[in-house]
Formats: sequence, C-alpha cells, structure tokens
Amino acid sequence: MLNGDEIDFLCNDYQTLLSALRDELGMIGTKEGCGTGDCGACSVILDGQLVCSCLVFAPEVDGRRVETIEGLAEVDHLHPLQDSFLEGAAFQCGVCTPGFLMAAKALLDRNPSPTETEVRYGVAGNLCRCTGYDKIVRSILDAAARMNEPENRKEAP
Amino acid sequence: MTTTRTGYKWVGTRPVRHDGLDKVTGRARFGADYATAGMLHGAVLRSPHPHARILSIDLTEAAAMPGVKAIITGADLPDLSDEFAAGSEGGINFRDLSRNILARDKVLYEGHPVAAVAAVTLRAAQQAAEVIEVEYEILPAVLSLEHAMEDDAPVLHDDLFTLGLDSEPDRPSNISRRRVIARGDLDAGWVEADVVVEREYTTKAVHQGYIEPHAVVAETGEDGRSTLWCSSQGHFAMRTYTTKVLGWEPGDMKVIPAEIGGGFGGKTTIYLEPLAALLSRRAGRAVKMVMTRSEVFRATGPTSGSVMRIKMGARRDGKLVAATAWMAYEAGAFPGSPIGPGVMTVLACYDIPNVLIEGYDVVLNKPKVAAYRAPGAPMAAFAAESVVDELAEKLDMDPIELRLRNAVTEGVRAVYGPKFRKIGFVETLEEARDHPHYAAPLGPWQGRGVASGFWFNFGGETTATVSINEDGTAVVMSGCPDIGGTRAALAQMAAEELGIDVHRIEPVVADTHSIGYNDMTGGSRVAFAVGIAVVDASRRLIKDMCARAALIWDVPAEEVEWVDGRAQSVTDAAAPLTLEELASGSANTGGPLSATVTVNPRGAGAGFSTQICDVEVDPDTGLVTVLRYTVVQDAGRAIHPDYVEGQMQGGAVQGIGWALNEEYIFDRNGVMENPGFLDYRMPVASDLPMIDTVIVEVPNPDHPYGVRGVGETGIIPPMAAVANAVYAATGKRMQDLPMSPVRVLEALSGD
Repeated sequence: MLNGDEIDFLCNDYQTLLSALRDELGMIGTKEGCGTGDCGACSVILDGQLVCSCLVFAPEVDGRRVETIEGLAEVDHLHPLQDSFLEGAAFQCGVCTPGFLMAAKALLDRNPSPTETEVRYGVAGNLCRCTGYDKIVRSILDAAARMNEPENRKEAP
Repeated sequence: MTTTRTGYKWVGTRPVRHDGLDKVTGRARFGADYATAGMLHGAVLRSPHPHARILSIDLTEAAAMPGVKAIITGADLPDLSDEFAAGSEGGINFRDLSRNILARDKVLYEGHPVAAVAAVTLRAAQQAAEVIEVEYEILPAVLSLEHAMEDDAPVLHDDLFTLGLDSEPDRPSNISRRRVIARGDLDAGWVEADVVVEREYTTKAVHQGYIEPHAVVAETGEDGRSTLWCSSQGHFAMRTYTTKVLGWEPGDMKVIPAEIGGGFGGKTTIYLEPLAALLSRRAGRAVKMVMTRSEVFRATGPTSGSVMRIKMGARRDGKLVAATAWMAYEAGAFPGSPIGPGVMTVLACYDIPNVLIEGYDVVLNKPKVAAYRAPGAPMAAFAAESVVDELAEKLDMDPIELRLRNAVTEGVRAVYGPKFRKIGFVETLEEARDHPHYAAPLGPWQGRGVASGFWFNFGGETTATVSINEDGTAVVMSGCPDIGGTRAALAQMAAEELGIDVHRIEPVVADTHSIGYNDMTGGSRVAFAVGIAVVDASRRLIKDMCARAALIWDVPAEEVEWVDGRAQSVTDAAAPLTLEELASGSANTGGPLSATVTVNPRGAGAGFSTQICDVEVDPDTGLVTVLRYTVVQDAGRAIHPDYVEGQMQGGAVQGIGWALNEEYIFDRNGVMENPGFLDYRMPVASDLPMIDTVIVEVPNPDHPYGVRGVGETGIIPPMAAVANAVYAATGKRMQDLPMSPVRVLEALSGD
C-alpha cells in the first residue's frame, strides 16, 4: 500500500525502497542526501514507523503500508504541518523538507503535544543545512497546536 | 535600531513564498529529479591515492562490458592554458578546472576523477569504472600547510612559481601566491601600545554540507548542441565553464536550472557537467550523473584549513594602534584559496592605523577548495576576534565596548582600500550590548562570548524582465537560482512598485536561452542586484503604462500618475485605468507590456554582524553545548524578514558546526576518513537552542529599498563567539578548531 493505494512494481533485489520510489515509480518527492541513513532526506513512514527509505530494501515492503510526502496533503487542503512550514518559513532550499515533514508527522502521530525538546529529538535524524532548525522546530510546534485545537482534533480510529 | 516599517505595503512583510507549495508537497524538481527516456547513467573512477603520476590507463576490459556506451579520460579534454574566469578573483583558472574535472598526468588528491563511464544502468557504469586499469607511480603526499610550505616539500605542480614575492623565485613551490596589505608605521604602533596579544590559530577544512549532492542530466545532439539540467548557483556560469573545459561554444549549450538543494558557495563551480555532456556526445544519448555523498566530501570543494598568527596592540584607553596578521590557507590541489578575502577581512571591522597583513595561498594533496559562505572571512575572524576578546580582558574592558571604540564607520578608510559608505557596524554592537541576552545570568561551567564579522557583499551582472499578463498579473523573470527565498523578495519589490498583490506576481528563474546573462547567486547579491533590476524594470513599465493612459485620455503624459496599481489623471480628466484594463487593451496602445533591465551595480553595501553565544562545558566529557545564541546583523532593509532571519540563523549554525564538530580528517595516507554525515558531524536539531535574531536596518543608499546582502555575514562571527564563550566558562583559550570534546578535555587537563 503506497499512500493508501494498492500498487505493484517490479525491481531488482538490490534496489532500495528509495530507489524503487524514485526510479521505478517516479515519486521524486522523497530525496537522497546520503544513501547511508544519516541525513533523513529520504524519510518515509513504513507501517507507522519512520524509516530512511535508503536503508530498506524494496522487496521488504511487499504487503506493507508506505507513506511518502506525495500522500501527505488531502485533495483540497494541505496537512497542518505543510501549512505551518509554509507560513513559518521553515525551509530555504527545500530539499530536506519532505523528509522533515514525514519525520514530523511520525512524531505527531505518536506524540500529539511534544515539547520543544521532544521536537528537537524527534527530527534529530534529519539534517537541514539552511535554517539552523529554529523555524522548523517552531513550525512543528505550531502545527501540533493547530492539530490540537478542538475543531481540528481527529479521534483515534 | 530596527526601524518601524511605514509606508510600504509589501516590502518588510512575510508572504508565503511562491515556490513554497511545490517544496512542501515534494513536487519541486531538484538536480537528481530529472530524467529523460532512454538516458544512460554515468559513474566516475576516482584516484585512490592523494598524489601519484598516471603511467597508463587501460580501458579495454571496461569498454567491453555489457551496456557500456562511452568512456572518457583526461586525454579527451582539450589541454587548456592558463586563463582565468572573468570576475573570479583568481578563483577559477580554466586549465586547473579542466585538470580537476579529469586528471591529466597526475592525480592530486584521493577522489580525483580519472575516468568517467556511461552505461545503460548505474550499476553497469560503476562496474565498468571498477575494471578500468590505471597504473600509478605513487608520489609522496603533502597533507599539511606546514609541510607544504617547507623548502624541501614534494611539489605538486612543477610549473607553479610563487607570485607576489619580493624577488623572483627560482624554483617551483607549493605556495602559489603571497598577498600583503600594509599601512602606517608598525614600529611606532607597537611603541604606542600598552597591551599586546599574539596568538596562533588553526582551523580545519570544512564542507559546505548542502544536503543535495551534485547532479546533472546532459543531452548532446548530433549537431553538437546540448542541454543540461542541473542544480547550481548559476546556470550561466555552468554554461561558460562547461563549454570552456570542453572547447565548445557557449551558445550551443542551454542550461536549465533545477531547484537547488543548498549551495553555500559550493555549487559555484563545475564537476560532473562536462563529463555528462561529453559522455552524451560520445554515446549519442542523454546521460545522468549524480554524486554519492562520499564523492561530494572527497572531491568537491570544502573551504580551506588555515594557520594564522595574529598580533594586536592597544592603548590603555582601548584604542587599537597596531596589528599584524600572518595567514596561510589551504587551496587544495590547485591554487585558489580564499586568502584574498581572508587578508582583506581579517582586520576590516576596526580602524587600526598601523597594519601588516601577509597571506599565503598553498596547494596540497587535498580536494580543491570552493567558495563557502563569505569565503576566507570566518576563519580569519575566529583568529582576530579571539585576540580582541583577550585584549578586552587584559584592558579590563567590556569586549563590546572595546569594539565600539575601534569600530569602522562611514568615511573611514577600510584596511583593504576604499572608504566605507553608510554602514551599520556600530548599530549591531549597540543592539548586542543592550540586548537582554547580554545581561542574563549564567551558571557554573557556563560562559558568554561575543564576536563580530564583516563581509563586502557583491553586485554583479544582472538581467531581469518584468511582464504583465493580459489579466493584470505579472511575471518577474531573472536568471539567478533561488536558494533561500529570493523569488519571494523579488516579487515583493515588484508588488510594491506596481501596486498589486504579491501573489499576482509569478517570480521565475529562467534558463540560459530565455533571459540575458546573470552572474551566479553568490556574494549575497540577489536581493540587492536583481532587486535593483526588478525595481527599475517595474518603474519603466509604470512609465510606459502612464504614457499609454495619457494616449487613451489624450492628455500630456505628465498629467498621469501611478497610484495603487492604477493610472490616474492628476486633473481627474478620466476614470482611473487599472493594470488589468491597460494590459487587456495593450494591443491598441503599442503592444505587450514588458520591460527588461540589465545592470552591473556597485554599492552592494558592506554587511556587519555581532553575535552573542552562551555555552556550557561538561568538565567530564569536554562537550560544549550552546545554551543561547543571538545574531544581530545589519540587513539594510529586510524585504522578507523571515528569510533574512533564516540567513542569519543558518549562517550562525554552520559557524557553530565549524566551531564545535566539523573537520576533514585524513589518515596518514591522505585518505579522508570521514566522508559521510555520520562521521562528518554537522549540527542536528537536538544540538541547538533557538537562534534569536535582531535585524538592524541601516539602509544602503545604493539600493532603492536600502537592501544590503545578508546571506554570508552571519557565518563569520560564530567560531570566535563560541571560543570566547568557552574561555569565559573554563578559563581556557581554544586556538584550534574544532573545539571537539577531545580538544576541550585536553585543554582542561592542562591545569
């Protein structure tokens, strides 16, 4: 399941999930910054867990749920994290942004009201070289606050 | 001193950036995101040795591998003679550039490209590269400045003779150039000094650390015309450099700019572009090449490691009266470290009458350095601002007060030559001194440091076009890649001029065939220089539209004025004409509404920053933690304050990384030991506090809104600010970067 759709794809056994997403499925929103799991630019959510897609072999995801940046927004509105990142100027070049958004989503899925410290550790696996993280951390806290407003709160399924 | 913004509707506001949606949805296309049908993939064979002669290269086995379509080596590039790129201040010599892209005769660092292969898959290309047989004669490597500068050191280039010496050298050397700045009477200055501090400082090579590796797709046709898709800080320069190295005509190459995933100066030169273009020509198909992170570290520009000796003397009243600086910068394998701006900036914050600055550009067997944010200035400031802090202590004077007593101001002749125009250094010092941070209490093992920095900023050749669509929306086109929000800033300036909503303007970064020449996005120049062109083009359009309204109304042109996006008759002769009305009727008044302006502006407006850093030092582990950090910087005028703050915060954090963690580590054989983000450790979110910012606005008189560049200055003060804070916390002067736990522990155990 990729962003809620059942899909099939063919790949070589040595290909990573990152390579399958980008090279086989054309989903270029997930970025490669290092290929060794150190930068988080390729972050996706696999069965609810944040992973570096460069460290997952593509065949391993058979029958599992993968969420990528392409599935974050709804048809007619953005995810609150995306709104907060836009309004809070949480990126400059933007290449790390998809990975940060997925890491932040994984964090808020698990901990809807994180402290600043929890946010900082929640995205400590993601490198940003442009912002110094200040506006990213503020934007994630802002998104959490928005999502916790009573009218926006989603009941757990 | 932050001025309240009055009278502007868009300048100084914080609209959502125009390219934002694409970047939060994953739709933005960066360098590696391009692909064409049937394209090949390229791989590079790199030298395993830091210094060796290439005796032979045997391509037979590699060429016979399945799927291999083309292989090139240094012999396939024209052998260029010395020629410097325009405006690169000794930075880019095309002969060296060519030899850095593919080694010829000798390899000069581990990772130096020796051959490139294009094949039907990346795996096939990599496997073919592995079986290329290269016979090397290994030569002794030179891995430190001290070694490289010794008389009997192995020489990298037999034809390199030191420039700038008092007498003509009679033999080649690793020192490519000596730079000297002198003024006043040093002997008299030292006599006048009551207090003198002299120290030696070292810094290591550090990488720009952009998250997006270099990437290119090249497609070269049978007619020799080619198209490149690549991310860079300037696609016009990519075209110039690439065609020069290949011996092709610039007009035969179109470069389409991808979104750029960080550059910081490191994407102002070429690495893969000519390889992909030539492989594509040879194979008759498009070729894609993307660096691995290891390749980025091993073979693209870090900035220089350095050794610096600074001596400064002050009178009892705090007046700096004499200073000397001896500085040597690593250039890497070819000449061209940023020693020039190093010697020009090292003492530029202060009005010192008697000065001697001596700088050396030194080659050694490490990757060729590339520009990195205020190239040459941060390490120099680490040394000079540490000495200033020590002088303040010896004088029993507040370090900001000492700086205020010596700060350069308008009309003072800079140590590097010209007189300063209107600048805001004093204002940054006063803001820092009066900031609550500067008076906040500290605990045990905590300390506070301050430091300042200066950067020239740059104007540069620029073309911009502003066009009005038939619905009254506008397109603002430039040729400078947007690294950090310049699309929004340019659109804001156009919106302010035209009197329309900023989101009715689409800012575009056009390719080399769609707009006139633009210098690179560098030197903190875009909001300044492209801003001037956009404002000028907008004003020309307004003049044109007013003339057209006068034509329609049959009144003299001077009776029409532009107010809130409408042409208005000053005599109320007719109802106002909106931008939409003028645009939709333009066919009847002279044709489409569009204006193109080219400029090469001077007066970029010097930038100054003063920063305050609090640290806590763990005496058991030597770990330095930054507790609080404040950046005060003169922006002239912040067009989009969010992105001005972003530049200040990002620069400061890169400097914190440089201060505390980052360094190139080589083993004894000259092989980089930490070519990955795990071991080359850049700051992560959990290492840092919020980075507070104070934007000072001392308007630059040479820009219509007062803009001065803000991109680079922020990285200059941090290393000294951190070191001075560590001293305040521990009583230990840290003179060698990075201030890693091991080094700090060593310093602490020296008691």
